[in-house]
Amino acid sequence: MSAAAAPPAAGADRVSPAAWLATHPTAVLALVLVALVIVTGLIEPAYFSVDGLRNTLLLAVPLALMAGGQTIALLTGGIDLSVAITATGAAYVAGNQSPNGALVAILLGLSVGLVVGIVNGVGVGVFRVNPLIMTLGMSGILLGLFTSWAQTVLQGSTNVAPLIRTLGAGSFAGGLVPWNVVVGAVLAGLLILLLTRTGFGRMVYAVGDNSFAARLAGVRVWQVLLAVYVLCALLAAVAGILLAGRNGSVDLQLASSLLLPSVAAAVIGGTSIFGGWGGYPGTILGALILGVLDRMLTYLGAGEAIRFTLYGLIVLGLSVLYARLTRNA
Amino acid sequence: MAEPLLTARGVAKRYGPVVALTSVDLRVDAGEIHALLGSNGAGKSTLVKILSGVVAPDQGTLEVNGRPGRMARPADAARVGLATVFQDPAFVPDLTVGDNLRLTGARAPEVLAHLAGMGIEQVDLGWLAGDLPLPLLRMLDLARALTRDPYLLLLDEITAALPADLADRVFDVMRQRRDAGRSVLFISHRLAEVLAVCDQATVLRNGRDVARFVPREVGEAGLVAAMQGAVAASDPAAAGPARDLATAPVALEARGVSSRAGLEDVSFALRAGEVLGVAALEGQGQDVLFEVLSGLRRADGGEVRVGGTPLVARTPADAIRRGVVLVPADRVQALLPQRSVGENLASTLYSRPGRWGALRLGDERRRVARAVDRLQIDTRAQRQVRRLSGGNQQKVTIGRWLTAGFTTLLCFDPTRGIDIGTKEQIYRLLRELAAEGTAVLVYTSELAEVPKVCDRVVVLYGGRIVHEQDAATADETTLLSAMHGLPGPAGAGGLGSDREVPA
Repeated sequence: MSAAAAPPAAGADRVSPAAWLATHPTAVLALVLVALVIVTGLIEPAYFSVDGLRNTLLLAVPLALMAGGQTIALLTGGIDLSVAITATGAAYVAGNQSPNGALVAILLGLSVGLVVGIVNGVGVGVFRVNPLIMTLGMSGILLGLFTSWAQTVLQGSTNVAPLIRTLGAGSFAGGLVPWNVVVGAVLAGLLILLLTRTGFGRMVYAVGDNSFAARLAGVRVWQVLLAVYVLCALLAAVAGILLAGRNGSVDLQLASSLLLPSVAAAVIGGTSIFGGWGGYPGTILGALILGVLDRMLTYLGAGEAIRFTLYGLIVLGLSVLYARLTRNA
Repeated sequence: MAEPLLTARGVAKRYGPVVALTSVDLRVDAGEIHALLGSNGAGKSTLVKILSGVVAPDQGTLEVNGRPGRMARPADAARVGLATVFQDPAFVPDLTVGDNLRLTGARAPEVLAHLAGMGIEQVDLGWLAGDLPLPLLRMLDLARALTRDPYLLLLDEITAALPADLADRVFDVMRQRRDAGRSVLFISHRLAEVLAVCDQATVLRNGRDVARFVPREVGEAGLVAAMQGAVAASDPAAAGPARDLATAPVALEARGVSSRAGLEDVSFALRAGEVLGVAALEGQGQDVLFEVLSGLRRADGGEVRVGGTPLVARTPADAIRRGVVLVPADRVQALLPQRSVGENLASTLYSRPGRWGALRLGDERRRVARAVDRLQIDTRAQRQVRRLSGGNQQKVTIGRWLTAGFTTLLCFDPTRGIDIGTKEQIYRLLRELAAEGTAVLVYTSELAEVPKVCDRVVVLYGGRIVHEQDAATADETTLLSAMHGLPGPAGAGGLGSDREVPA
């Protein structure tokens, strides 16, 4: 009995590879990731070493966390363009407070995320400001504030405490497993559970799919949006602190290059910018793909101009591929 | 015999699977005021849009002044001498009146002159159109149409939003047009107006023209009979059981509820176990009533009480907490199109932050399975609700309240646009819910449903309840008369006299 002749219901256990891939798009992304790793290793054999792969992860983990917040915002049909400056600000505060101990530094760094998230969430959820405008404005305001504070109240330490450095750059088990991967994996697991196994997760998808239907179901949409933007900013703050630990010091450009990749990772991973569709596993793969891509283009020794162009083309190609695959799923 | 000015033959139009016009012939002669009649969904608005060049017919021909007219665009209609005043005023709210007139190429002084001719002076061209009251916008729209001196003026429910004095001015204009040898195609739900000013009438029903006559010769009863067609035999066995509801507790009560959006002093009491029907023509305040009761809109006056205590609902969440839930007119508004049937049905379970913790999947599965079972939802395409048929989608919008539970169900036209089998299922469900002690308020645009589903029925007209009766005795003639603002036949239980009916 050929697959084509089988009635759809009876042939359910015999699926063509293309159809299977269409319903399991994350598998496609995983294949792309493996292929990119192999190609990178062929370009530069040294990449297949503990150091080579770890360098990728040290960048990809903070990106995946920022993109995780971005994914939740996108799922509600919003976006957060202030994640990069929030990450930078949190890291800057953490660096400044490092002489007072790592724990204080981390908590104060996270509180930057909390405050930014509340302001964004109130703006978007309560005052119904368009998320793009709200977070873009917020991003400008924060850049101004931190630029001025760097000369005044935040003057002083720009080096981070040893604990933060260990979290951001250190490894254990004989240098095999970076600590930031542990932090990232724990948070990623929690985030996936939050989105798929809790009532809050359901409401995130509901608001993004049809916020009026959610409202008619009794949801106070502003509550969901407030929680989403707080969560997003907190994840950005964690990402910023990990980045600061990786670099050992902070500056006001720390995370600025990760803003658009945070959106790109989510979109490559199959999250719709129109809301209600997507998930975090895809985003993680998207962040890893972007991390490997970054290394590959570095190894190629190409100039900045070519790197940017190639990067853009590959992001575009992957997004189109994903859309093609899932269109009829 | 007058010359035919406009002749339409075999005009047909469908929107996807929905047939709006099956086949319509229409002839409007020069120098006549012609009424286009029909109940909701008969196809009047579609026909007007076709005549105005806004939508293209699938079939049929148009002739204007004996020459074939192709109305591919609104400009074509204007060229052959047709001008339309649509149901919704065609103004850009953020532009001034002057800019709006300039957009359509109308000369402002002429528009103002026509307005003055209708007794409306002192219109400032610098006003923002969005700030003007609806009646003034309609008069402005009419004046703009008059500057073109059209052979045929199409007025789609122009008097629906007008106070009586302005409506009289519109009738004067219509008569002046006729005396000048021009014609008017007049659409109105107010039969008294039709009887008073129209020379001819064409009646549409289910997308066909079914009658053409002189309104004054057939009278009001003839108009109603032509619009409703054969009276659907009511099925007494299916009617609400003749239970004594008088002792049941009042679940939902409206006391003098008013809204500037078009609701005046509406009062009724809905008892547990009762299905109360609301009948009305389009735009008589029924949507405002349901919005107020469900928390989507705040009332400007009066009080809503649930279980004997006042309900102040700022959002639907407030009403839902008190057990009052809404199934809206447009099912798309209540669906999560990309989510599964199960997630849609369960979407009401997690709305409160107190329920945002871990999913209780076992409990959820049981509730969802019960709703699916009870509504017989076809779950073959259950992965995404947008892939379901309309009837199954409608079941999901009701089913998502079966999972969560409620005491009062507000159901706005739950059977619009779905097949007869599903309709029967929904009727049965509403009756079952009532038998279990739920209170149900249901607006329906299909009058034949009233005796089948409801215990009692109220009729809204102009934002007021003008009629109330036992649903078992509610025949379409009585209801239609009340819906058109006409006093009911003696003994039918009509409550209010109506100011728009001439004595």
